[in-house]
Amino acid sequence: MPKNVELYVGLNDNLEKITSFIPDNEPKPWDGKDNLKYIGNRVPRIDGHLKTTGKAKYSFDIQLAGMLYGRILRSPYPSAIVKKIDYSKAAKYPGVKAIVLMSDDLPMQVRYAGQEILGIAADTINHANEAVKLIEIEYEKLEFVVDVDKARRPFSHVVHDSSVQRVTTEGDTEEEDEDYVKQTGNIRGPIIETKPEDISENDIDSLLDKCDIVHRATYKTQVQTHCALETHGVVAHWLDNDKLKVWASTQGTFSVREELAEYFNLPESNIQVITEFMGGGFGAKFGSGVYGVMAARLARKTNLPVRLMLDRKEEHLCVGNRPNSVQNYSIGTNKDGTLKAVKLIAYGTAGVGTGAGAGGPARGIYRPEMVYTSESDIFINAGPGAAFRAPGHPQGTFGFEQAIDETAYRVGIDPLEFRLINTTFDEVRQYELKRGAKKIGWNKRAKKANSDAGPIKRGLGVANSLWYYWYGRGHIVTIYILKDGSVQLLNGAQDIGGGITTILAMVVAEELCLKVEDINVKFGDTNLGQGPASGGSVTTASLTPAARKAAYAAKMKMFDIAAPLLNTEARNLSLSDGKIFITDEPNNSLTWNQVASKIEGSQITATGERIKDSRINGVRWWISGVQFADVSVDVETGDVKINKIVAVHDCGRPMDRLTLESQVHGGVIQGISYALYEDRILDRNTGIMVNPNLEQYKIAGSLDIPEIDCEIVDFNQSQNASGAVGIGEPATIPTSAAIANAIYNAIGVRVRELPMTPDRILNALYDRAGS
Amino acid sequence: MKKFEYAQPKSIDEVFQYLEDPDSVIKSGGIDLLDLMKEDLIAPKRLVNIRSINQLSFVRENEDGTISIGPNVTLSELADNEIITKYFPALREAARLIATPQIRNAATIGGNLCQRSRCWYFRSIDFDCSRKGGSHCYALFGENKYHAVLGAKSGCAIVQPSGTAVALMSLNAVLVISNGKNEKQLDLNEFYVEPAQDITKETILENNELIVEIIIPKEMRNYKNRYIKLKEKQSYDWPLADVAVALKMNGIKCEEANVILGSAAPIPWKSKEAEFELKGNRITKELARKAGEASMEEAFPLAENKYKIRLFKIVVYRAICEAIGINPYT
Ligand SMILES: Cc1cc2nc3c(=O)[nH]c(=O)nc-3n(C[C@H](O)[C@H](O)[C@H](O)COP(=O)(O)OP(=O)(O)OC[C@H]3O[C@@H](n4cnc5c(N)ncnc54)[C@H](O)[C@@H]3O)c2cc1C
Ligand code: SF4
Repeated sequence: MPKNVELYVGLNDNLEKITSFIPDNEPKPWDGKDNLKYIGNRVPRIDGHLKTTGKAKYSFDIQLAGMLYGRILRSPYPSAIVKKIDYSKAAKYPGVKAIVLMSDDLPMQVRYAGQEILGIAADTINHANEAVKLIEIEYEKLEFVVDVDKARRPFSHVVHDSSVQRVTTEGDTEEEDEDYVKQTGNIRGPIIETKPEDISENDIDSLLDKCDIVHRATYKTQVQTHCALETHGVVAHWLDNDKLKVWASTQGTFSVREELAEYFNLPESNIQVITEFMGGGFGAKFGSGVYGVMAARLARKTNLPVRLMLDRKEEHLCVGNRPNSVQNYSIGTNKDGTLKAVKLIAYGTAGVGTGAGAGGPARGIYRPEMVYTSESDIFINAGPGAAFRAPGHPQGTFGFEQAIDETAYRVGIDPLEFRLINTTFDEVRQYELKRGAKKIGWNKRAKKANSDAGPIKRGLGVANSLWYYWYGRGHIVTIYILKDGSVQLLNGAQDIGGGITTILAMVVAEELCLKVEDINVKFGDTNLGQGPASGGSVTTASLTPAARKAAYAAKMKMFDIAAPLLNTEARNLSLSDGKIFITDEPNNSLTWNQVASKIEGSQITATGERIKDSRINGVRWWISGVQFADVSVDVETGDVKINKIVAVHDCGRPMDRLTLESQVHGGVIQGISYALYEDRILDRNTGIMVNPNLEQYKIAGSLDIPEIDCEIVDFNQSQNASGAVGIGEPATIPTSAAIANAIYNAIGVRVRELPMTPDRILNALYDRAGS
Repeated sequence: MKKFEYAQPKSIDEVFQYLEDPDSVIKSGGIDLLDLMKEDLIAPKRLVNIRSINQLSFVRENEDGTISIGPNVTLSELADNEIITKYFPALREAARLIATPQIRNAATIGGNLCQRSRCWYFRSIDFDCSRKGGSHCYALFGENKYHAVLGAKSGCAIVQPSGTAVALMSLNAVLVISNGKNEKQLDLNEFYVEPAQDITKETILENNELIVEIIIPKEMRNYKNRYIKLKEKQSYDWPLADVAVALKMNGIKCEEANVILGSAAPIPWKSKEAEFELKGNRITKELARKAGEASMEEAFPLAENKYKIRLFKIVVYRAICEAIGINPYT
């Protein structure tokens, strides 16, 4: 029987009372009036000491008796036919135990430099590495194309001669509803999306014609690789001919299990995937991957465990990247600054893969009369793209929020004001824009771009971001209360690094009135119950309601035990700091441990399942978020120094503010790195990447990171037991656009291409202007 | 990486004994050597570790007024050294701005002077370019954003990577090189090899030769010297343009001028044109700008590195100004 509850929702200083139905077995959702002990406060990670002392064991650290080391031989060429493979010398090399081909049928075509050809297992990694060099392969080199604009031409070399289906992972945001997407040459698409639905290109063009002001410009973004600290890889161990145990560096233990079960044609229940700790994924670590299957094949062939971890070069070449983009915007407004029409024609490349769309921000941040987006994938001979921290959005936002900024300047309205005028429907964003403006000192900003004397110019910029409220259903959190009063929490998902184990311990400690450190969390093992893959920023939103429900159910069981002992009924009981007492007679109590000692059998077991939200009406499908940048640009050298980033984000009800701020810091840092440094560079003449390392592929280091002022806005929706929404992805979305807009404010010239390196700044300043 | 022998000599004499086998190489901090070995660009049979030889680690003021630096002095020791800080801010700054604290703690000045090119084609096993005995240069018509704008016409467009070389050259440093039997003194000026001379080597050093000392002449203490390095990012990045200047001043008149450009050419590039503008003249901001312009008179950019010309002009200008205490930003 559903219960009716009264809830206070909205921004903390503007709460509104509503009523909502919730299932009988759920506690009243936390709302804006609940002042909680842990939730919303700053709690250090429960496993922080393990990580800082090196006690945490990552997949890379797993060492099993007799374990072999796997290595993959990859094509050095971007486009070739493998005609013959001779591994006789390698097979005889000391320590080599097995060699497994990707395909027994030759010839085999390779479509990017780094594509897998065979796997080898040896007793040491050095032996495996040396043996690989002895393998002789006869290649027939083919034509190739690695430039996105060249690939679009009708006379270009065609990468795929047959039609390519979109392969999506848990990290990909947009589902393709078309059954059939056109593919001509290397162009797959366009996929057209519009608001309102079913308007035509003519409709948007004639609306643009009627606008007072139309801004048109093209923006470009580069390919970024994920560069997680821990590389991809697994340790595969067959326990029996048909039972496989795998330690994987993954952000989806269950998707690894599913893919391996499918490949080896085994029931999923025969496979156990363990990810106790992992060193980052950013979207590139769903599923078992070719390397995972290869490790399991080598292990099966040798009957020994095999560890196969990729190296840094392989990370850059073969296991995913953020597609590049070329975005052509037409933005139409009225003289008063009302946004009327947004049109985007975009293309980009995810190498041999798909998923280069960048239209999300254009479709979602504002609500003009019409939006028209057209997005195409262009194939080139390069490693496939993968979901990457807010797929499509950092690139889309860099283009779109700069185009919006340019439009504001054209109309003659302060770009902050322009954003306020056009987002009045979004109360959270309005609050965030005003709050961020105050923190960055927007009122001190030079109204006119390029107003400083001397070569060092300072500027401020702002950008909006948009992300989605998503969660997965069916996930199960289990809680044990043991006879000695100790508590265990179990779930099979992995901690990608965001700190979910700490958050779950907090939720349970809050509900059971215990200490966070009293909750023993068992996590990252598919035998511990279904959990989400960490993609789409769903982990916290998927698991915290289930954890609270499980804790609530466990509490009710404790009340059932305590009630007869206290001569009352369970519904008259309350819980606080280790005591169960009669609500109206607080002195009539038992300790937590006294009640636990009376548990029948050895433990209480309670589960909570993530079902659909109890409150749906009035709950936002999106989350907002804004960032401001304060930069100094040296116009003689093109050097950009970021003085400060202000990041104001919302994510429903904040759980652990400490891990939350960490996510925002990480997102901003990755955003700065994307804005100014990172770039996968493919040699135009050979199609081979020239910077597949962490030296020439440049990533922001400690000296490049400015002060980051992060504020999390509490927005209570009480849509379920916890009210949490994810933040991992949105935090990185608007950074590059905010920096670009600040650079313009500083120097009066637009830099419409990422990364905004000194050469591009100087080119924008001098070459285009012709001085 | 191939297996190798690791020799630990206790004395300088022993170093030379180990080096008799031509397949041996000197290892100091090992930062550059290991990079090359891990990429399979070299596979020496024996590493001769000179790091444990204390005699090669010193900074001293000699009686004749010269300053001597041992090759094993680490970059962090150099940056923290009082004598260097007092007389040679250019060298101090060059050492301080290299890589990361961890690398500076391991890397030595000897190794820094001898490190090999950072051209990404050179550093990758995937490209068999001229410098590695291959048939052509991939950079000239390829990805050459970080390559040379000067002296690259001879078929290889690497840039000289060592920051300390730029500073030391502006200080007229002299190397003492020994092969165990003979010792010679060589101007740092003559240490580096242009591609036209020999495309496969960057220095004249032979396999059995050891730098035992670096000497800075006495009169250089009176030169006003500065080093400026521009980079894309501030954490462990290579220079886009780095410049060292050392000026002998008489009031505001410049009597002698050394202007050395790093990351501009395959060798540390002595800009005769810039030096000519300065020598014998009163230095003003205008003159410093003119010297900057002059430094790029002979520049020959590649498709992607034209911006470097602009950078060098500015860095030369700023380094001159800063050397003599004029604010270049006003
Ligand atoms: C990420 C990164 C960024 C870097 N950035 C910079 C930078 O901006 N500027 C810069 O200048 N450098 C930079 N470096 C390079 C680094 O400074 C050098 O690799 C280091 O100084 C080499 O010194 P080492 O003692 O480790 O040399 P080793 O690796 O031990 O030796 C290098 C070479 O020198 C030879 N050698 C060493 N000592 C002697 C001697 N006494 N006599 C004769 N031959 C000798 C060795 O045989 C070897 O060939 C960077 C390196 C990294 C990894
Ligand atoms: S610049 Fe020199 S090192 Fe680089 S590719 Fe050309 S020849 Fe090779």
